[in-house]
Amino acid sequence: MFDTDELVINMGPQHPSTHGVLRVILRLDGEKVVDCDVVIGYLHRGIEKLSENRNWTQIILLTDRMDYVAAATSNVGYCETVEKLLQLEVPRRARYVRTILMELQRIASHCLWVGTHAMDIGAMTVFLYAFRERELILDLFEEFCGARLTYNSMRVGGLPLDIPPGWDKKVLEFCDIMDSKIDEYETLLTHNRIWLERTKGIGVISGAEAIGLGLCGPALRGSGVARDVRKDEPYAAYDEMEFDIPVGTEGDTYDRYLVRMEEFRQSLRIVRQAAKGIPEGPIVGKVPRLIKPLAGETYHAIESPKGELGYFIVSDGKSTNPYRFRVRPPSFANLQGLRRLVRGHLVADVVALIGSIDIVLGEVDR
Amino acid sequence: MPAYIASLQLAIPGSVEALSLYLGDWTILASLAQIEKTLMYLRDARDAQFDYLSDLTATDWPPRKDARFDVVYCLYSTRLRHRVRVKVKVNEQQGLPSATSVWPAANWLEREVWDMFGVNFTGHPDRRRILMPDDWQGFPQRKDYPLEGPGELLMENPLDWLKLRQAKEEADIE
Repeated sequence: MFDTDELVINMGPQHPSTHGVLRVILRLDGEKVVDCDVVIGYLHRGIEKLSENRNWTQIILLTDRMDYVAAATSNVGYCETVEKLLQLEVPRRARYVRTILMELQRIASHCLWVGTHAMDIGAMTVFLYAFRERELILDLFEEFCGARLTYNSMRVGGLPLDIPPGWDKKVLEFCDIMDSKIDEYETLLTHNRIWLERTKGIGVISGAEAIGLGLCGPALRGSGVARDVRKDEPYAAYDEMEFDIPVGTEGDTYDRYLVRMEEFRQSLRIVRQAAKGIPEGPIVGKVPRLIKPLAGETYHAIESPKGELGYFIVSDGKSTNPYRFRVRPPSFANLQGLRRLVRGHLVADVVALIGSIDIVLGEVDR
Repeated sequence: MPAYIASLQLAIPGSVEALSLYLGDWTILASLAQIEKTLMYLRDARDAQFDYLSDLTATDWPPRKDARFDVVYCLYSTRLRHRVRVKVKVNEQQGLPSATSVWPAANWLEREVWDMFGVNFTGHPDRRRILMPDDWQGFPQRKDYPLEGPGELLMENPLDWLKLRQAKEEADIE
């Protein structure tokens, strides 16, 4: 009468908690997940192929469309890679402003993450709170470059425009507002019994296994590995900033949550230091009229809000477009770990785990 | 030259075909025959410890008849905090041993290289297309694949399609 066959169910690609168009095929034993297959590619636009047919400046616009909740980070990553190929010195003022933009972007991205992650698990209020603060950051970005989501906010060699007068003051004002708001999110979640039930002990992964699987960013640091590109291979102005790398101990969903909450505070610390210390000077380095790097290749990584965002670019030295343009998206690496994380957990935990690794499908599929 | 490259050359003779240093990054051009052992060595040797596979990708060089693709491994060591790139030349027919047994992270990355370039990884546990649909014909990242895609002749060989399109354009002009 009752059989014990395994049941295959489909989740997505149109599902409210898959954060975009992600399809997960789950094999269930009762309510337990035995195995899963992650199907991606629904948002594939061929950004790598397109970039190989655009000139070096036009690509900045395409990088916006990868991680669309932290577009400025992708912009900076690309520009720095080209600067490395051109062996170009970027003025200190531009590096400081880049640092501020990237850290604001990290806060905005984490706001979106904490809101949607909490809503997936059932806490509606946090979503509204977090989006309220994200709005303030978007206003700052709008004032800087005129856009709210896809910024196109960087140029090879520096910034497109100097910061508007008084902008650094507004950034500092925002930092003061944000301080108390992080505590507000934490009062709602950190000691909430439902939250603890739903996140503690879910998707535990050891540090060594996480490294082997290629996890990066907070998903790796939650397992106790203090790996952060900002500290290990400093870029922009991070070598002049003081900040700590929060790490977890257990490697579960709750630890990854705690790591990101602490990153909010560390990001604010960096923004404060950078905004107070913006040096005077030019905003663009000595960029050649025609960007045409010598034949050669390079890999450059930065720490995006999701993890290690790398660019591998090959220039043939003859044409005005890259010969090979490759992005190493952090969300792609983290999503690969999902199969390992969900094994043995309940269907409801799959939703928590997708939230916990913080993916953006625009970046996974490119 | 970093010490681990010298010891690699000693431990596996013939594994390193060439070495280059460009913009501060070391690149090892490894021999295809020894690639699996080379990667194992780089992961396990005490002075190398490349436990983190940052990226695995390929580059297409169509004029090179004997070995069309460069498969590039970007390695990082989370303990010693250094990087190296390993490159290996491979052609269309030749297989390349999968690195999934060395780093599980290689699984999806190799699927993507197969999907985009058609580089054949032998011993891969799950070699399917990843970003393109399962029934897609052709390999989009190859240099001879048209940017606009195969258009209305979705299931045809892209090169045939290119010839067809040129023929059509010439007919239109007449």
